[in-house]
Amino acid sequence: MILRLAFGSLMARALTVGMTILAIALSVALFLGVEKVRTGAKASFADTISGTDLIVGARSGSVQLLLYSVFRIGNATNNLTWESYQDIAARPEVDWIVPISLGDSHHQFRVMGTTTAFFDRYKYRSGQSLEVRDGAIMSDLFDTVIGADVAATLGYEINDPIVVAHGLASFTEHDDQPFRVSGILEKTGTPVDRTVIVSLKAIEAIHVDWKSGAKTSGKSTAAHVIREMELQPQAVTAAFVGVKGRLQVFGLQRSINEYKQEPLLAVLPGVALQELWQIVGIAETALIAVSGMVVITALIGMMATIFSSLNERRREMAIFRAMGARPRVILGLLVLEASLMTAIGAILGLMFLYIGLFIVQPLVDSAFGLWLPIDPPTLREVWVLLSVIAASAIVSLVPALRAYRLSLADGMMVKI
Amino acid sequence: MSDETPILELEDVRYRWPGRTSFGLSVPAFGLKSGETVLLLGESGSGKSTLLSLICGTVTANSGRVTVSGTDIASLSAGQRDRFRAEQIGLIFQQFNLLPYANVLDNILLPLRFAPERRSRVNAPQDEAIKLCQDLGLPRDVINARAGTLSVGQQQRVAAARALIGQPSLIIADEPTSSLDAATQITFLDLFFVQSRVHGTTLLMVSHDARLAEQFDRVVQMSDIAKVERETS
Repeated sequence: MILRLAFGSLMARALTVGMTILAIALSVALFLGVEKVRTGAKASFADTISGTDLIVGARSGSVQLLLYSVFRIGNATNNLTWESYQDIAARPEVDWIVPISLGDSHHQFRVMGTTTAFFDRYKYRSGQSLEVRDGAIMSDLFDTVIGADVAATLGYEINDPIVVAHGLASFTEHDDQPFRVSGILEKTGTPVDRTVIVSLKAIEAIHVDWKSGAKTSGKSTAAHVIREMELQPQAVTAAFVGVKGRLQVFGLQRSINEYKQEPLLAVLPGVALQELWQIVGIAETALIAVSGMVVITALIGMMATIFSSLNERRREMAIFRAMGARPRVILGLLVLEASLMTAIGAILGLMFLYIGLFIVQPLVDSAFGLWLPIDPPTLREVWVLLSVIAASAIVSLVPALRAYRLSLADGMMVKI
Repeated sequence: MSDETPILELEDVRYRWPGRTSFGLSVPAFGLKSGETVLLLGESGSGKSTLLSLICGTVTANSGRVTVSGTDIASLSAGQRDRFRAEQIGLIFQQFNLLPYANVLDNILLPLRFAPERRSRVNAPQDEAIKLCQDLGLPRDVINARAGTLSVGQQQRVAAARALIGQPSLIIADEPTSSLDAATQITFLDLFFVQSRVHGTTLLMVSHDARLAEQFDRVVQMSDIAKVERETS
C-alpha cells in the first residue's frame, strides 16, 4: 500500500516529477552511452590489428613501433635491413612475414609499400580480413590499393591516377612515376582506411632516381626501364610476423630482441596496444568523470525538487502522522519516492540509450569506423544503474530528514 | 448510552509549548466515559488544538496524566504513542482530511496499515470499507475514485469511514462540519451519529458551534475544563 501511495503521490505531481525523471533518464543515457562508446572504442582500438603475433622494427619503444607500423603515426627512427628481414623470415618458428615500408605520402595520407600477402595476413576486429570494395589488389608495379577514407576524402575511383609525394608534408613529388588506383578497400575502422597501399617494389621504383633522400637532378628513368630493373629493397620499415605455434612467440621475440647484427625490437601487438591505451585512457577517465558529474547534477536537481515540494506536502505528512505513521515512515516515504523516480529514470535512460544506439550505430560506423555493439546491459551497467538508484536514496535523505523534523514538529496539526 | 468505564482521563495536566514561554495549557480534570458523545465548545485560541495533541500523544504533558483506554500516554515511547494512536483513536479534521492522490479505499484503510490489532478486528477490510461508505450515504462506485475528485461533503464522509473502521475506542472530530454548508452539515452529522452509535464509539467533537449541542450526551465548555496561560512581557 505504501508503494502504491508513493507512486500515487508522484503521479499527482506528474509535471515536476516527469521533468526530474527526464533529467535523470538523459543523464543515465549519457553515462551509459559514454560507457558504450568507451568500451566500443577500446574494443575497436584493440581490434586494430589481430592475428599478428609479433611486429618487428628497428629498436625504439614498443609504443612507438606500434604507432608508426600500425597507426601510421610518427616515424621510424631507423629501418630494418633486408638481410635481417630475411634472417627472421628464414627462422623455423616463422609461419609468415609481411614487410611494410613507410615514408612517402599522398596528400594527408601515408603511403605504405608491402607485399600482396598483407591483404591475406592483416586481420582486424577479431580475425576479419580486408575486403576489396571496388577493383582488385595490385597486379602491376604502378598499381595502388587505397583505403575507404582515402577514396571518400579525395573522391578517387578505379583507374584514377595518383602521384605520391616524397616523404611527409613534402613539396617534392614522384610525378614521373604516377600510380593507378586498382582497388578500393571496404571501410574497416582501422588506419588501413587512411592508407595508400603500393607494392614494396613500387617503393623502390619511385626512388630509382633518388639518392640520400634527394632526387638526382636531371635524371628521370622511364617507367618501362624501371619495370625491367631488379627492384630489391635494401631495407623495410617494419614487418608483421606470424609464428607456427603460439608458444614460440616469446622465444622468437627474445631472439629478435637479442639479434646481434642489428638492434631490433619485436613487440606483441596486444601488449603494445594495452600500453598505448593506458596513455589514451586519461581521456577516457575524464569522459567518465564528466558524464558522472551529469548524473550527480540530475540527482541534485531531484533533491531540489523534493525540497521545494516539502512545504506544500506538510498537510499530507500530517495526515500520515494522524493515522499513526511514525516520522521515520515519512522519511522512508520520501526516500522511496526518490528511489522510484530514479528507477523509472534509469529504465527510461536505458531505453533512450538503446533507441539512440539503433539510430547512431550505422552512422558512427560509417563516419568513424567505430562499431558500437547493441548487446543486453552488461553486469557493470546493471551495477551502474543500481548505484545511481542507491545514490538517489542517499541524496534524498537530505530533504527526507528535513521532512522528518517537520513532521515531528507539526504532528498532526499543520498551521500553514 | 454509556457505561462508567473511562476511555479518556486527564488529571492535573500542564503543558507548555517548547520555545514559547508565552503560551501554556492546564487541564485540572477532564474525562470521557465509554460510549459517551461529548461536544467540546471553545473559541479560537482556547487551547483546543493543544488539548487534542495531548490526547493523541503527538505532544506529551509536562506534568499530570493523560490516560486513553487505561494507558498512560506518557509511559509510552514516541514510536509506541504513534502506534497507540493508530490503534485507539479515529481522527476527523476540519478539512483536507484525505490524501488527494490516493483512492477512497486506500484512504479508509490507511490507519489499519499502522495498527495491526485494529486491522485484526476487520475480517474483510475492503468489504468493510465499502459497507461504511454505503452506510454513510456515499455511492458504491466512490470506493475507487481519487479522493481529490470528491466534493468536500463526500470527503468528510470518507474521513468518517476512515475514523470508524476497525472500531477504535475513541473518535476525535475537530470541527468536522465547519467547512460544510448547513444542509450538508445536518446530513453528515445524522449519518455519522447513527454509525458511531452502531459501532459503540466514544466521541469527542470539538466545535465553536453551540447549535450542535442537542445531539450529544454532554456539552463541555473549553473554558470550564482548561486554563490557558499567557505571559505578557
